[in-house]
Amino acid sequence: MDILTLFVVVPVLTVLGLMFAKGKSQFRIIAVVGSAIQSAMAFNLMYQFFKLRDAGDSAVMLFKRDLMWFEPLNIHYSIGVDSISILMIMLTSIIVLTGVFISWEVSDLPKEFFISLIILATGVYGFFISLDLFTMFVFYEIAVIPMYLLIGIWGSGPREYSAMKLTLMLMGASALLLVAIFGLYFNSNADGGPLTFNLFEIAQANIPVSTQIIFFPLAFIGFAVIGALFPFHTWSPDGHASAPTAVSMLHAGVLMKLGGYGVFRVAMYTMPAGAHYWSDFFMVLAVIGVTYGALAAVRQTDLKYINAYSSVSHLGLVLLALLTMNEIGWRGAIMQSLSHGFITALFFALIGMLYGRTHTRIVSKMSGLMSYLPIIGALYVIAGMANLGLPGFSGFVAEMNIFVGAFQNADLFHRVITIIAVSSIVVTAVYILRLVGKMLMGPVMPEYENLKDITWYEKTGAYILVLFITLIGVLPFWWGDIIQEGVKPFIEPLL
Amino acid sequence: MDLSFTALILIIPILTFLVLGLNYSRIKEPWSGIIGSVAIGITALISYYTAYLYFFEIGKDADGVYQKIYAMNMVWVYFTDTLHIDMGILLDPISAMMLVVVPTISWMVNIYSIGYMHKEGGFTRFFAYLSLFTFSMLGLVLATNLFMIYIFWEMVGVSSYLLIGYYYNKPSAVLASKKAFIVTRFADFGFLLGILFVSYYGKTFDFGVLSSQAFISEMQMQGTAFMGLSVITWALILIFIGGAGKSAMFPLHIWLPDAMEGPTPVSALIHAATMVVAGVFLVARLFPLYFFMDGGVALDVVAWVGAFSTLFAAIIAFSQYDIKRVLAFSTMSQIGYMMLALGVSGYDGHEGLGFMASMFHLFTHAMFKALLFLGAGSIIHAVHSNYMQDMGGLRKYMPITHITFLIAALAISGIPPLAGFFSKDEILVASLIHQKYLIFGVTYAVAGMTAFYMFRLYYRIFWWNEPHYHHTPHEAPKTITIPLLVLATMTLISGFIPFHSLVTADGKAFHTHLHWDVIIASVGIASLGIGFATIMYKKQNMLSTRFRAAFGLFYKWSFNKFYMDEVYMFVTKKIIFNGVSRPFAWFDRHVVDGAMNGVGNGTMWISDKVKGLQSGKVQDYAMYFVSGVVFIAMLFWYLLN
Repeated sequence: MDILTLFVVVPVLTVLGLMFAKGKSQFRIIAVVGSAIQSAMAFNLMYQFFKLRDAGDSAVMLFKRDLMWFEPLNIHYSIGVDSISILMIMLTSIIVLTGVFISWEVSDLPKEFFISLIILATGVYGFFISLDLFTMFVFYEIAVIPMYLLIGIWGSGPREYSAMKLTLMLMGASALLLVAIFGLYFNSNADGGPLTFNLFEIAQANIPVSTQIIFFPLAFIGFAVIGALFPFHTWSPDGHASAPTAVSMLHAGVLMKLGGYGVFRVAMYTMPAGAHYWSDFFMVLAVIGVTYGALAAVRQTDLKYINAYSSVSHLGLVLLALLTMNEIGWRGAIMQSLSHGFITALFFALIGMLYGRTHTRIVSKMSGLMSYLPIIGALYVIAGMANLGLPGFSGFVAEMNIFVGAFQNADLFHRVITIIAVSSIVVTAVYILRLVGKMLMGPVMPEYENLKDITWYEKTGAYILVLFITLIGVLPFWWGDIIQEGVKPFIEPLL
Repeated sequence: MDLSFTALILIIPILTFLVLGLNYSRIKEPWSGIIGSVAIGITALISYYTAYLYFFEIGKDADGVYQKIYAMNMVWVYFTDTLHIDMGILLDPISAMMLVVVPTISWMVNIYSIGYMHKEGGFTRFFAYLSLFTFSMLGLVLATNLFMIYIFWEMVGVSSYLLIGYYYNKPSAVLASKKAFIVTRFADFGFLLGILFVSYYGKTFDFGVLSSQAFISEMQMQGTAFMGLSVITWALILIFIGGAGKSAMFPLHIWLPDAMEGPTPVSALIHAATMVVAGVFLVARLFPLYFFMDGGVALDVVAWVGAFSTLFAAIIAFSQYDIKRVLAFSTMSQIGYMMLALGVSGYDGHEGLGFMASMFHLFTHAMFKALLFLGAGSIIHAVHSNYMQDMGGLRKYMPITHITFLIAALAISGIPPLAGFFSKDEILVASLIHQKYLIFGVTYAVAGMTAFYMFRLYYRIFWWNEPHYHHTPHEAPKTITIPLLVLATMTLISGFIPFHSLVTADGKAFHTHLHWDVIIASVGIASLGIGFATIMYKKQNMLSTRFRAAFGLFYKWSFNKFYMDEVYMFVTKKIIFNGVSRPFAWFDRHVVDGAMNGVGNGTMWISDKVKGLQSGKVQDYAMYFVSGVVFIAMLFWYLLN
């Protein structure tokens, strides 16, 4: 069995294990062990990858495997990874692991909960290793469908509405995406040879510019909806607010990253001319998302809504950075994806902890919690500071790469767009500090006096996330080198 | 020579922070204070040694000019081959000077806090934050490049935020911390834009390159960009916005008075001696660029903002009753001095007198202002109030605090031979010899005003009429009085440091001359201010009440700080919060999301209408079938004809 397919097989085995397990403690142990193995595999993959690189293997994708899956349409199960997919896999495995820790006490249907969670993760892993657009699409759908169940069954508030909205909007986007994929497929061989879904063969196919101009926006929107592109972001606040903690973590932390990843891996790589044609238009949408998300977050009162809008703002920066189409910006985009993944996962984990204790997510109903919950409070301040881009945490280096990258385009249009995007650092500070000031600081409320501070399993989950946030923030050169190596071949067609 | 030991200057404080922060519930009072004081003490000794090495052993090149020495430098974030963020340690006259200022004050404040914070909740947390601040501030002054300074700039901002909000259950402290962070963050938006402009047009962040003549002339060649000024000048103005925010220059000063909500040692360290002078340091750091680009337009902005702020703050300081706020406005006013001194300065040799005077004043001000704040802390500790109405006659009870406070008050008023006299005098001379007469006038007037409001403060605390004390005030413990005595000694002697041969704009030593006319005039106006204060406040009398009535409206404006807070409140609450943010949130929920729901509801509506077709009744289907046939028949008939 090759090293990559294991990423799909191990979750499936975990699911099987869960099916035959009995009792809550067994479910937990199987889920933890399964996801810990995946994290270990992700780190091992990184190690193996760089061992091969050092040995001089300079192919774009390593650990490639290609099996015919459906001959009449020339669909392959084609996999391979570069450093960026490995980073994304690592992000996913860590967030699944911490998510399992955070959901230690799930009491409704725990078996089904963990199964859905891990199926979702399988889809995500599959997506990140696929090199065949059709397989990639299949895995994408595998990731989206369990979301409906997870929110609809284990959610809170208007969960049916939110689950429906989220699924329908993402499905609508996949429809566009599917059209784009077929568009690429039917133009993949102009000489009348066999058509293909293979990413690299399509990229070599010299698709006519007029065709690219038609299909690029479809692919871009198809991917970017899950990356919360304005104005298609409205599934995100409702979806996050209703979802259970681990699902919010996984969704905001990982699933939303599929958007940026897809844009950079598929849409821009296969259709560079289309990207250049449409970049200004989408840049405007992205920058609207950046500022508008931040400004809308200022006005929210529900912790999860604040975070959802904050995600709209931060992921807007990812799309913006990708559209700048230079190396610095792209490095920033990948770093921001990782950084946002860890930070929002931490946020949602902490919100889950607070909600579990105070039974409210409304900021104004809480006050002075720092006195009773010092560790959760301190972690929340850390998450907040990381979110507003404090140096030493991951958000800062990512945003600085993005801003410096965006500044490399010297015309007035890009200047204005960039300056508007940079202004979001002020607004972010406003909503984070407002929240911290109201909820954690201020006079104590007697009804919260008996709350218990963080438990060991919550602590484990949260500390792992903080560790990665600081690792990126303190050693950006290390992550930058890893990312750089994956960005280079993919940006070349765009330069 | 190997300078890698200088890394310890940064490593020790950050390790102290981590140790105290991660064990904050395990390390008990007074051990955290002792750990903090010892660690910062060691840092201070290493810093002094480094400064000594720089100034007297390795700093000068063959021509006797102080040069920039990179003790270490490594790439931290890579952008392009010339553009990268480095982490390193840069030694030059101003950073070596700051290596004396920052650790000294920080050390004293650490020792002082062992006594001052006694029995306050979160003792360990306090010392952890102090170490974090010391680390950030030292990183800021040692930065080798513009981006590194920005990084530590943000870090000092957050330490300041954490320390202002130290009493986090107190709503006013929470508001003050939030305000300080957001106002400075807004200023940093300007700073960051400035850096980004430099990154694109200058293609480097490195201070060595940025201040080289080759770079400056290359940038001049690029020509003008906007309103007759080059891009770099605009970038410098933007960077200065960041500096003005941290250094509480008008109109970004509004956070500083509120920042006094923090514990008093914090006010002494951060909001008087070190962090608030970061803006001055930043302009000094980029001084060659400020001076040469477009003939110094950006430097004129610095001069005028500084001059306006110094006057503005002095007027407000007249009418405040909270002793810490008087000191806060006095700080703002003195920083205005430093800014305007930089603003009027030239570059070469004696022309660079303003630069030297500014750095000199930064140094002496740090000493006597920290002393004033620590003295105020000792007083507040004794009478449990910040307001001068609750004070009076304290000289009998607190002799050491009294004497040290008096020394500091005389120093800030510019009475020889104390530190403030020398540095202030150089500023006056600098503005005079560069023919900036209006700025000279402002500086001169403010010298008198400073003497007056400082002695108003002094007399109201130590003389005036004794109120009824619930507990008889007593002198503070040794941990508090020793730092006071150390700083008082520094205030007595630091005026004699030969700054003109150590810290100059171009690194070359020059000779200063005594300007007897300026000395006599400045001592004269200071004595006048002190004299007025003596008449009005030494013994309780009605004079001040009468003055207040006579100046009615003017007094009211001064007392209310010219209503700047209200203006900001209006803009943020009414315009941005309610006028922008709320409509955005509404728009998102109702229009954008409404459209999405509309699509959903539209689909439901259509399918609701269409579902009637599938009724399951045979006669309906027969009807549709027949009508279809008839329709197609008619269509064919129509088409065939």
